[in-house]
Amino acid sequence: MQDLGIRVLFMGNNLARLLGGLWVTIEISLLSVVFSIVLGILLGMVMTLKNPVIRCITKVYLEFIRIMPQLVLLFLVYFGVTKTFGIQLSGQVSAVIVFTLWGTAEMGDLVRGALISIPRHQYESGAALGLESGQIYRYIIIPQTLRRLVPLAINLTTRMIKTTSLIVLIGVVEVLKVAQQIIEANRYTVPDSALWIYGAVFFLYFLACWPISLLASRLEKKWKD
Amino acid sequence: MDKNERLLEIHHLHKDYGNGPVLNDVSLDVHKGEVLVLIGPSGCGKSTFLRCMNGLESIQSGEILLDGQVISGEKTKWSEVRQKIGMVFQSYELFPHMTVLDNILLGPMKVQKRSRPEAEKEAEKLLERVGLLDKKDVYPRQLSGGQKQRVAIVRALIMKPEIMLFDEVTAALDPEMVREVLDVMLELAKAGSTMVIVTHEMQFARAVADQVVFLDGGDIVEMDEPERFFVCPKTERAQRFLNTFTFEKKEG
Ligand SMILES: Nc1ncnc2c1ncn2[C@@H]1O[C@H](COP(=O)(O)OP(=O)(O)O)[C@@H](O)[C@H]1O
Ligand SMILES: [Mg+2]
Repeated sequence: MQDLGIRVLFMGNNLARLLGGLWVTIEISLLSVVFSIVLGILLGMVMTLKNPVIRCITKVYLEFIRIMPQLVLLFLVYFGVTKTFGIQLSGQVSAVIVFTLWGTAEMGDLVRGALISIPRHQYESGAALGLESGQIYRYIIIPQTLRRLVPLAINLTTRMIKTTSLIVLIGVVEVLKVAQQIIEANRYTVPDSALWIYGAVFFLYFLACWPISLLASRLEKKWKD
Repeated sequence: MDKNERLLEIHHLHKDYGNGPVLNDVSLDVHKGEVLVLIGPSGCGKSTFLRCMNGLESIQSGEILLDGQVISGEKTKWSEVRQKIGMVFQSYELFPHMTVLDNILLGPMKVQKRSRPEAEKEAEKLLERVGLLDKKDVYPRQLSGGQKQRVAIVRALIMKPEIMLFDEVTAALDPEMVREVLDVMLELAKAGSTMVIVTHEMQFARAVADQVVFLDGGDIVEMDEPERFFVCPKTERAQRFLNTFTFEKKEG
């Protein structure tokens, strides 16, 4: 019976529940991305300083975050912090914290790269015209840095949306969890619903990420020097 | 035009990047309306010398004066001084995210606070003069090297500087584009601009210079009018340097 599985998708408020789950996913991603961009820009600027102590600290932070699987970080924050310090963190808050830690590291590195990729002559040409250093940043350096950064930041956002599928494992009811619940509830009546429901989830992820990637490649093309 | 009025004076300049002196007790006067051409072997400090003149490099000792005012002091307002000293670099560094017109207008509007219509009118006049008026709305990436360098010259000129510094502005260009840039500079010279030009184009140097300054080993070795300098240089070092630009005919 081919049409049985798809029927589950439209039974009761299943579709609305899936969309609700997707919203949780997107909300966590967006919050994390916003925090990551703000903190990442600061981190990136700090990382261009020549101070050896700052260099060492930021480097260790970056390597630590990169080496640790995100899942381990999630467990560490959700279970570790909660147990050790007696602070009750919800799954969603833990997720935002972990993704922000991760995103800040990635953004920081991107910002650092974008800043040092601006040739020294760009600063000097501005200075030679009589611009003050604040004006050089405002009119010359920051606009160019942002142009290099925006596509990369958007890319990071889609990666975050995808990685949020891990937060099922700390009990957050997002789109994947809702899907599992629906499949579970219909296990006996519609045994083949899994394909359809997960198919719908696939489609929803696609729906969330595709326009974002599209935007990224558009901007990249538009701003190519 | 009073050629005896000293515009830029450099007294006993010392410059060191921290691994031995690059410029060692160099003194030079640039008079109003004069074109000085600075030549010398690669690495002898020509760029460094120009960059000291507009404060892109700090100096260890000595004094630089513009219009009789010391500009090498601690309290120098470089933003003001640099409006009077225009500079064009070897690697035509236009701002890649701005159109040609916006590149040219940044200085007049943000530094000199001139109104856009007025500055725009002048930008168009200058672009016309270098033959690039039709390019005013394109981005630098759509220009050839020679065109970029002409825009860079306009970007410096619109500030109405008292003196212009050119650091090997044709060195990075394909040979067929060198001429169009040199022609612009020749025209400026004819119009009475004060300029200090670093170049490896000896023919051009001979044509444009009022004085040729030969720099070697951290100091000015010889300074003379171009005809005398190129025909019979007084020092052996200048002689040897000039010989590197000529070829012996093949034997047999
Ligand atoms: N930023 C710098 N730091 C250290 N040394 C430098 C720097 N810029 C130039 N130098 C050195 O100073 C000398 C003169 O360089 P430069 O002024 O560029 O020579 P030129 O323009 O005549 O080729 C060279 O030996 C060069 O290596
Ligand atoms: Mg040089």
